[in-house]
Amino acid sequence: MALLEIKNLHVSVADKKILNGVSLSLSAGEVHAIMGPNGTGKSTLSNVIAGRAGYEVTEGEVLLDGKDVFAMAADERARAGIFLAFQYPVEIPGVTTSNFLKTAINAKRRSEGKPEIDAMEFLKLVRAKTKVLGMPDDMIKRALNVGFSGGEKKRAEVLQMTLLEPRVAILDETDSGLDIDALKVVSDGVNALRSPDRAFLIITHYQRLLDYIVPDHVHVLVGGKVVESGGKELALQLEAEGYARYLSAA
Amino acid sequence: MAAKQETAAAVRDVEQYKYGFVTAIESDKAPKGLSEDIVRFISAKKGEPEWMLEWRLKAYRYWLTLADQEPTWAKLSYPKIDYQDSYYYAAPKQKLASMDEVDPKLLETYKKLGIPLAEQAILAGVAVDAVFDSVSVATTYKKKLEEMGVIFKPISEAVHSHSELIKKYLGSVVPYTDNFFATLNCAVFTDGSFVYIPKGLRCPMELSTYFRINEKNTGQFERTLIIAEEGSYVSYLEGCTAPQRDENQLHAAVVELIALDNAEIKYSTVQNWYPGDADGKGGIFNFVTKRGACRGKNSKIMWTQVETGSAITWKYPSCILQGDGSVGEFYSVAITNNRQQADTGTKMIHLGANTRSKIISKGISAGKADNTYRGLVRIGAKADGARNYTQCDSLLIGDQCGAHTVPYIESRNPTAQTEHEATTSKISEDHLFYCQQRGMTQEEAVSLIVNGFCREVLQTLPMEFAVEAQKLVGISLEGSVG
Ligand SMILES: Nc1ncnc2c1ncn2[C@@H]1O[C@H](COP(=O)(O)OP(=O)(O)OP(=O)(O)O)[C@@H](O)[C@H]1O
Ligand SMILES: [Mg+2]
Repeated sequence: MALLEIKNLHVSVADKKILNGVSLSLSAGEVHAIMGPNGTGKSTLSNVIAGRAGYEVTEGEVLLDGKDVFAMAADERARAGIFLAFQYPVEIPGVTTSNFLKTAINAKRRSEGKPEIDAMEFLKLVRAKTKVLGMPDDMIKRALNVGFSGGEKKRAEVLQMTLLEPRVAILDETDSGLDIDALKVVSDGVNALRSPDRAFLIITHYQRLLDYIVPDHVHVLVGGKVVESGGKELALQLEAEGYARYLSAA
Repeated sequence: MAAKQETAAAVRDVEQYKYGFVTAIESDKAPKGLSEDIVRFISAKKGEPEWMLEWRLKAYRYWLTLADQEPTWAKLSYPKIDYQDSYYYAAPKQKLASMDEVDPKLLETYKKLGIPLAEQAILAGVAVDAVFDSVSVATTYKKKLEEMGVIFKPISEAVHSHSELIKKYLGSVVPYTDNFFATLNCAVFTDGSFVYIPKGLRCPMELSTYFRINEKNTGQFERTLIIAEEGSYVSYLEGCTAPQRDENQLHAAVVELIALDNAEIKYSTVQNWYPGDADGKGGIFNFVTKRGACRGKNSKIMWTQVETGSAITWKYPSCILQGDGSVGEFYSVAITNNRQQADTGTKMIHLGANTRSKIISKGISAGKADNTYRGLVRIGAKADGARNYTQCDSLLIGDQCGAHTVPYIESRNPTAQTEHEATTSKISEDHLFYCQQRGMTQEEAVSLIVNGFCREVLQTLPMEFAVEAQKLVGISLEGSVG
């Protein structure tokens, strides 16, 4: 059974049809990349999987371990292991990154029947991860995402992913806004998390990211549909040719 | 098959106000209504000296002349209060001589409230006075405090044991002519705490009072007086709860603080009176006059309030900065949910030279509630070099609530500096979704964000209570989203 199964998904926003029957199957251990032109529905797909309000699913289903994801509230999905690194992370004023992380970790631990994380253990854990991600120590004392640069926000997303150890991680353009070094650091972070019981769905506009995070499958999303799937060579081809071929066909 | 995707709204019919129980205890009540006889009755119950009764009567007679002067300038709307339809005195029937004699039911009540009165269970380092309806039932750590020269006792006892201090200071900050509600309090106040910190002593423990209204239709009129002698320091905390009732109940307290040269008083309040139900039925009407006088040079008074309860809150803890170099601070979190209304803020009256004040107000409004910050910064002609900094932040949850900021600044001294900042923000769907995506429930998310918003104020609370206050912030906003 696939870890995450997207079956014939149709989604509208404000009566506008965005997704027109998307089907994808992610098995544990796999990395899937999605590429596609702007406004084609990539973020819509991630948001619908994560449970953001405001989308109408008119057809199809999404299953996590065979269970209907749409029957779960957004926070339940998160605790069941779905993680979304946002394309545009929101600023949470007044809430320190450290407090936010601790609350998120404890929400997960509680659902697993574990006690709250010990304060020292938490600090040690976070220090270790921020170091790997090249984030300064005092970053976690700042309000989450408030005044963070574009790249810092993306790193903070990866930090959260690393700490929450999701089963399915969706990265929505986590590479945009990153400088060359950061791209490497973030990719290392993702690669370190690759494991036989975890799947990734990586949305990107740039072939370069896929040099670092080598995908098992690449899908092209155009007009709210997967128009082609292939191996990592498909990304190289797209880089060279662009989307013109699919757009004229559509 | 069409499936509509929506975030499941968490339905909340769980009881929210966990302090809403009633203790079945026999009580001794004055007849209903208010008259000179009732004032005499209260005074007689307390076995008060003649001068105290006279003061009460003076206040009562003055109050009668104010009949049509109940303040209306606040942004609050509530039905006219019938002052004859309330009881002005209720006491648990038993008379007690020591802690051991406290009715076990009362102890049980305080345990439910999270206030351990039994000597062995006392929070380390916190001395507690508990006021149940109209009387004080227990003061813990009495002896230890006495040895240091600290007086911490029910004001009804202090009237006898320390009459000179009471005569000198009672009404010296809030005179009996002050305002409608304060005047009423002067006439009928029943109990409250009296604190005296001797010269040069840094009181090593938090002093704390818990007020509880239990009886039906009973008003609570407590009176607190704190005097910090030269060079002394005290941190005092009050907490309040009341049972859930369909009728509104009146609470009109007066608190007076006096800080002499180089003295410092830190006064913290966690107000969690019953707020009424979601439709605005019941709840406490909280009309409170709190004022501190920084009489001495370089003295300091700091008010921190966390106001989450009451149907109506009308409260402006203030500082009169008389002594040169004195400092007044006001840190406030006021949360209104459902149909609650709060009109609260402070007055900083700068009289002495180089006086400084700081106002940090955080108003949170949810449901159909209204939340107003109302503040006055007045700089007198002689207050050379006076400075004020005011910051008022409002946070809205949902789009049916209101937040209002009404700051008054009056300066009669050109060397004074005042600064005012105000912000209004909203908890958006995006904020909530972001938190939920990280596994938090909506309520956890609201609590986290609101606590972040209030952090600066909550940090000023004594440590033991900061944690409680954080929880309270979350609880009082339950059901505000979804
Ligand atoms: N709330 C909304 N109301 C109206 N249209 C919306 C709404 N949300 C998304 N859309 C539209 O849906 C389409 C798909 O948007 P989406 O964000 O999924 O694109 P994307 O593939 O992620 O694009 P990008 O590569 O630029 O991030 C766009 O045309 C967008 O304008
Ligand atoms: Mg997008």
